[in-house]
Amino acid sequence: MKLVQETTKSEISEPMTIKSPRFKPKRIVYHALTGGLAILMLYPIIWLLMSSFKESSQVFITAHSLIPDPFILSNYVQGWEGIAGQSFGVFIKNSLIIVGLSTIGAVISSACIAYGFARIQFKGKAFWFACMMVTMMLPHEVVMIPQYILFSKIGWLNSFKPIVVPQFFGHAFFIFLMVQFIRTIPVELDEAARIDGCGRFSIFFRIILPLIVPALATSAIFSFYWKWEDLINPVLYLNKAEMYPVSLALKLFLDTETASNWGAMFAMSVVSLLPVVLIFFLFQKYIVEGISTSGLK
Amino acid sequence: MKFRSMSENIAGYAFISPFIIGFLAFTVIPMAISLYLSFTNYDLFSTPKWIGLDNYIEMFTGDEKFWHSLQVTFTYVLAGVPLRLAFALCVAMLLNRASKGVGIYRTLFYLPSIIGGSVAVAIMWRNIFGNDGTINALLFFMGIDKKILWYQDPTSALWTLILLSIWQFGSSMLIFLAGLKNIPPTYYEAASVDGANGLQQFFKITLPQLSPIIFFNLVMQTISAFMTFTPAYIISKGEGGPLDGTLLYSLYLFQKAFNFFQMGYASAMAWVMLLIVGLLTLILFKTSSYWVHYESKED
Repeated sequence: MKLVQETTKSEISEPMTIKSPRFKPKRIVYHALTGGLAILMLYPIIWLLMSSFKESSQVFITAHSLIPDPFILSNYVQGWEGIAGQSFGVFIKNSLIIVGLSTIGAVISSACIAYGFARIQFKGKAFWFACMMVTMMLPHEVVMIPQYILFSKIGWLNSFKPIVVPQFFGHAFFIFLMVQFIRTIPVELDEAARIDGCGRFSIFFRIILPLIVPALATSAIFSFYWKWEDLINPVLYLNKAEMYPVSLALKLFLDTETASNWGAMFAMSVVSLLPVVLIFFLFQKYIVEGISTSGLK
Repeated sequence: MKFRSMSENIAGYAFISPFIIGFLAFTVIPMAISLYLSFTNYDLFSTPKWIGLDNYIEMFTGDEKFWHSLQVTFTYVLAGVPLRLAFALCVAMLLNRASKGVGIYRTLFYLPSIIGGSVAVAIMWRNIFGNDGTINALLFFMGIDKKILWYQDPTSALWTLILLSIWQFGSSMLIFLAGLKNIPPTYYEAASVDGANGLQQFFKITLPQLSPIIFFNLVMQTISAFMTFTPAYIISKGEGGPLDGTLLYSLYLFQKAFNFFQMGYASAMAWVMLLIVGLLTLILFKTSSYWVHYESKED
C-alpha cells in the first residue's frame, strides 16, 4: 500500500519536478525502487544465463554468485550435441517447421474468417461469431482426449499433422483481434473499390490485408510464442526423439538430469529462449498493442 | 435485391468456412465424443463400455486424489490470481508517468511473461528453488543458515508454483497501464483542488475507473490459471509431488488419461472442469454489478 501512495503522490507532483530541482531526490528514490524491482524480477533469468557459463560441478556450489569462474563455453558445445542421439539442431529444425507452418496457417485462415465476420452481412453471422467467442474460453482438456483418439484412429500419431493442421482453421483470439482491427477501417474504402470494379476477393487482398498488417504481425508473433513453448501437444503426439521440438527436448534433458549435465541443460535452455527474447525486443510494439487491445496471452 | 443478399450469404460463408469446418471437426464433434466417453469405461484399446454415472459418482465419492487436486488448484488460483493482479496494478501505477526510462522498465517487467510459459523457465524455477539453488544460497548469504527444502514439502512446493505465476504479471500490467492512461487527468486535478490525498484518490478515482479492466483481467486470469499445466508438469517431473502437493487439476487429468489410460474417467473430469470454469465465470459476472463501474451508465 505504501508503494501505491508513493506513486499517486509523485504522479501529481510531476509537473513540479520538471520546474524545480528541489524534488530531484524523489526521482532518485523512484528509480532506485523501480530499478531495484526490475533487477529482482530479472535475477532468475540472469542467474540461468550465467550458470550456463559455469562448470556443471560449480553451478550449485557457487549458486550465490553470478560470475562464472572459470568462464567456459563447453556447456554449449556439449548441449548442442543434443540428447537421445539427436543433435540440438534437429530439435530446433523441428520446432521451426511446426512453428512456421502453424503460424502461416493460423494467420492466413484467421484473416479470411475475420474479413467475413467484419465486412459481410450474412444470415447466421451472430450465431457463428458467438460460437467463436465461446471457443476462446473453452478449456483445452475437454477436446484433448477425443482429439487424441481421432488423430490416432486416422494414423496421424507421431507426425506434425495433429499439431499443425488444426491451425489452418483459424484461431479465435486472432480472428477477434483482426475483426476489431478491420472495424476501424472506413467502409468507404471498400465501397470505392467496389465502384472501381473490385470483387470481394480483390477488396480483401488489395484493400483490407495491406491495412491490417499490424494485426497480422501481432497474431504471427503470438502464434510463434504459443507454438514454440507448446509442450502438451508434442508430449501427446510425438514419441520419436528425431521429431521432438525444443520444448520436449528440454524435458528430455530434465528427465535424464544428472549432476554432470546441468551446464548443458542450462545452456540449451538459454538457446531455447533466445528467439523468444529476440523477437520480443524487435517487435515489442506489436506485442504491447495486441495485449492492450484484446487482452491476448 | 434477393440475388444480392443471396450472394452476400454465399460470400460470407465462403470466407468463414474454415472456421465452421474447424469448429465442427475440432470442437463440436470432440466435445460430443468427450461427453459420451464420460459415461463409459474406456482404455483406448477395447471398445467403450457404458457405465452411466459411475465415473462421476466415483470422482465425488471415492477418489480422494480428485478432491485433493481440486483443493490444490483452488489454492493456486485463489492465492495466485489476486496476488498477481495486485502486483501488476502496483507496478503499472509505478510506470504510469512521463519519465525517462519508463519504456525500458516496461520492457524489463514484461520480459518474464513473454518467456514464462516455456519449459526453460520451468527448469530454471526448479533449480532456483532447489536444495542448493539460488534462493537458499542467498538466504545463507543473508545469515539464514538453514536450508529450506522447497520441493520436499507439499505446501512450499505449491507456493513456488504460485510465485512463478506472480512473477509473470506482465500482460495484466500492460492492460492496467493502458487503462490508467485513459483516466482523464482532470479527475485527479479536481480531486487535489478539493484536498483529496493520494490514498483517497486511489480509492475514489483510480480503482473505480479501472474496475472494468480489473474485472476483465480477473476473468481471463482465473480461467487460464485454472488450466495451468506446463510448470506443474515440468517442476514435479510429471508426478505432481511431493505428496501430490503440486497435483494441479489438469495434471491429474493428464495422468488419468495418458498414464493410466482411463479415458472415460478423464473425460468426466474434463466436463467437471468445464462446469467449474463456467461457474466461476458466472459468479464473477454476477458479482460484477456490485463493484464494476461502467462510465457509460452515467453519461
